[in-house]
Amino acid sequence: MVATSSSVGSGAAGAATFVGSTSRRYNYFEPRGKRATHYEDVTVDVQPDPERYLIQNWIIEFEGGKGGGAYTKDSTAALSSNWHAFRAPDQEWERTHYQRQSKIESMVQSVITNARRAGAPRSFDKNWQMILQKHLGAWKHAEFGLGTSLMQAQRYGYSQMINNATLTNSSYKMRLAQDITLYLAEIGMDLEGWDDELGKKCWLEDPIWQPTREAIETIMGCEDYLEQYFAINIVFEPLVGELIRSGFFMQAAAANNDFITPPVISAAEADYERNLANTVDLIYLLANDEQYGDHNRKLFKGWLAKHRDLADKAAIALQPIWSQPHSKPVSFEDVKAVSHERISQIVTELGLS
Amino acid sequence: MTLTLNKITSQRGISVGEATKKISDLGWNPSYVQEASTFPTDYKITKAPRDPMKQVLRSYFPMQEEKDNRVYGALDAALRGDMFRNVQPRWVEWMKLFLAIIPFPEISAARSMAMIARLAPGEDLRTGFTMQMVDEFRHSTIQMNLKKWYMENYIDPAGFDITEEAFGKCYATTIGRQFGEGFITGDVMTSACMYLTVVAETAFTNTLFVAMPSEAARNGDYALPTVFLSVQSDESRHIGNGHSMLMAALKEPENHLLLERDLRYAFWQNHAIVDAAIGTLIEYGTTNRDKDKESYAEMWHRWIFEDYYRTYMLPLEKYGVKVHHDDVQEAWNRITKKNYVHKIAQFFAVGWPVNFWRIEAQTEKDFEWFEHKYPGWYAEFGDFWKWYSKLSKPGETVVTFNEDTGYVYPHRCWSSLVPCVVREDIVVDQIDGQWHTFAHELDRWTAVSAFSDEYEGRPTPAMGKFSGKREWESVYDGWDLADAIKDLNFVREDGETLVAQPHLRFDNKDMWKLEHVRGHTLRSPLNMLRAMSDTDRDAHIAKYREGFTINPCN
Repeated sequence: MVATSSSVGSGAAGAATFVGSTSRRYNYFEPRGKRATHYEDVTVDVQPDPERYLIQNWIIEFEGGKGGGAYTKDSTAALSSNWHAFRAPDQEWERTHYQRQSKIESMVQSVITNARRAGAPRSFDKNWQMILQKHLGAWKHAEFGLGTSLMQAQRYGYSQMINNATLTNSSYKMRLAQDITLYLAEIGMDLEGWDDELGKKCWLEDPIWQPTREAIETIMGCEDYLEQYFAINIVFEPLVGELIRSGFFMQAAAANNDFITPPVISAAEADYERNLANTVDLIYLLANDEQYGDHNRKLFKGWLAKHRDLADKAAIALQPIWSQPHSKPVSFEDVKAVSHERISQIVTELGLS
Repeated sequence: MTLTLNKITSQRGISVGEATKKISDLGWNPSYVQEASTFPTDYKITKAPRDPMKQVLRSYFPMQEEKDNRVYGALDAALRGDMFRNVQPRWVEWMKLFLAIIPFPEISAARSMAMIARLAPGEDLRTGFTMQMVDEFRHSTIQMNLKKWYMENYIDPAGFDITEEAFGKCYATTIGRQFGEGFITGDVMTSACMYLTVVAETAFTNTLFVAMPSEAARNGDYALPTVFLSVQSDESRHIGNGHSMLMAALKEPENHLLLERDLRYAFWQNHAIVDAAIGTLIEYGTTNRDKDKESYAEMWHRWIFEDYYRTYMLPLEKYGVKVHHDDVQEAWNRITKKNYVHKIAQFFAVGWPVNFWRIEAQTEKDFEWFEHKYPGWYAEFGDFWKWYSKLSKPGETVVTFNEDTGYVYPHRCWSSLVPCVVREDIVVDQIDGQWHTFAHELDRWTAVSAFSDEYEGRPTPAMGKFSGKREWESVYDGWDLADAIKDLNFVREDGETLVAQPHLRFDNKDMWKLEHVRGHTLRSPLNMLRAMSDTDRDAHIAKYREGFTINPCN
């Protein structure tokens, strides 16, 4: 085939030189660095608004209830002089997202398969088996609640960068909730008397879990998408999420003959590092906004107080879990101190302390 | 008897059905704090929809990664095989329009999953919506990547380089905005289920993502089929999600009236928008004139009429939803008898100075194919394309304002934003005391009756409302054409040469500049109509319905 419709017989770059023939970069946005990253190229301005290019304004509006066009700035109480300034530090786009998620799934499945083949679940400490059924089984619902909150939140942000970072955060949480569900179901097939329903029962009824459920449901009930994102990554995750994932399941498992649970859970900690970085970057921008910084800091402090109170109560209620294994390599007080140190670093970094 | 590794290592696993059942049990009814209220709907959904696909993220992510590996491998191979040396610029130029539009509807679909997932009781389908959300994120960014790839490797990157800015500004992409904003604004069931999944994805992605890639391949472009067939492979799951929600809605008889309304609106508007854009791309962006290949009309009959209408829409009648058969027939008539696609292509060509891609004139070889597939085509459109070719040289009076051609610039449809090119079908009506123009009676019905706070006596407060400067021409009413182009930023790096060109001659001496288009004033047909007296308006519309005749081009 020949490029018959080309005056120079070719459709390839460089086949002819004319005005514009070397303009080979997206030129409608300011990159964060010297040159646009791949993430910026495939993300920035895909969600436009009347301030960025929609010269006809929004062309459909919500008539009932919400009002306004497809995206409105008042979906959050936070204010910004430039909602488009944010760039997610994890630079996630579809290819990197699938590569990472797929690798995690392969790793998790490989660990579970090989461990089951070796008969590992049967050598778990008996008490530990019950802990997994009850408490890891309950925790999967917390992760799911965070995932659905973030799925909801990704609808409302005023820029593509904010919404995509929230979307990938949701995807990570949903994956973890499902990973734990299937992990427990699979090792349950190797263990006599395993009750896969126990986790949900605990989640709904066990007093240990009710403050956590309240904290999660409060996040799910937030009308403000940014409050949801803030409450999850700035408050709940360090005070409760990391506390139980790293501070309990990952540290106590090995001492109770369980080498499977830590790798299943470990991916979530790496997920959180990325999601925390994204959230901190966004909140930092808003907290230091030249025009609205004062307003935002006050708002964020209010969110911090509200959700910290709930998260602290949740963490304290979880304390009995640390006493339940036969082998107790780590104390609740120690990991709680670590979690307080962690959140203190985060809020100090953000200037919210 | 042989011993295999599989026999030694196999172990009992969890079945797919069991896995999906356990995952659908992750949700619960909150008792401390109710979930936040979300976007409104006038529908009542009480029956929990079922997830027909039964897929979990554990298998989803590796599957998608594998699909990605194939896509990116193919793009690398295309470069190694020097694809761009042989690719037809006539085709790639239209990708500047198509790929400027499509990532926004895609990411809008991701956002709409938040809306629809909350509407569905139970958790069974939420996994399906979650995967669709991530799919749409995939589609949006993979398409932005493809566009970047064209920009880096195609002979003329201008137009790709301003893509998202152009999307927000162009007189043609406004049609795509109606499509994308339609997924995320207004009643959740109307937008995120009926308009998006039940009609756009189930019916029209076949022409968008299957028919169009075939034409790309015929023009030496192997990249578009690689990306878009991969995209289309996700659509079957989305179609399942939409059908499941539709079935849940059907369980409530009080939804039937709204389902009838939304099916009608969504089908007609998808036809108006998708057929306008994709029909033009396939028929006019190609250099392949093989008479044995299907025309757009023939593909439409196969994908939309036979496949969608007969096997998807028609069976809804047995559930009690009135299906408007005449609408489907009318869409078919517009394509086959009223030359809808050809008139849209003509409109795109007339407006070339305010777009951001090159449109080449159709030639004798093209004429022969069109006449073969659409008998009578040459008599109606042959002279127009001869004029277009003749007026493609800088220094000629730009075709948009050249009265010698006989073309009359059209009114814009207030509903679909596609121009009222089938002149005899134009309808005018008042909304809030102001005159509006519509391409067809169904478009009038859409704006006046469907997008209203009451439908056939039933309050519909959740329904959206058309807003903004919907007629693009009103934005630049009274502007000099050159100033408007400059304001649009549709000018190349020298500040003078237009991004758009009415030809594929890659030489500075053939390129149109601002100076070549200065001196013509853009007008809003709608503003002019509104300024008319009742008598003048009636006369104007009567004359508009008579159409125009292109003068012979010698």
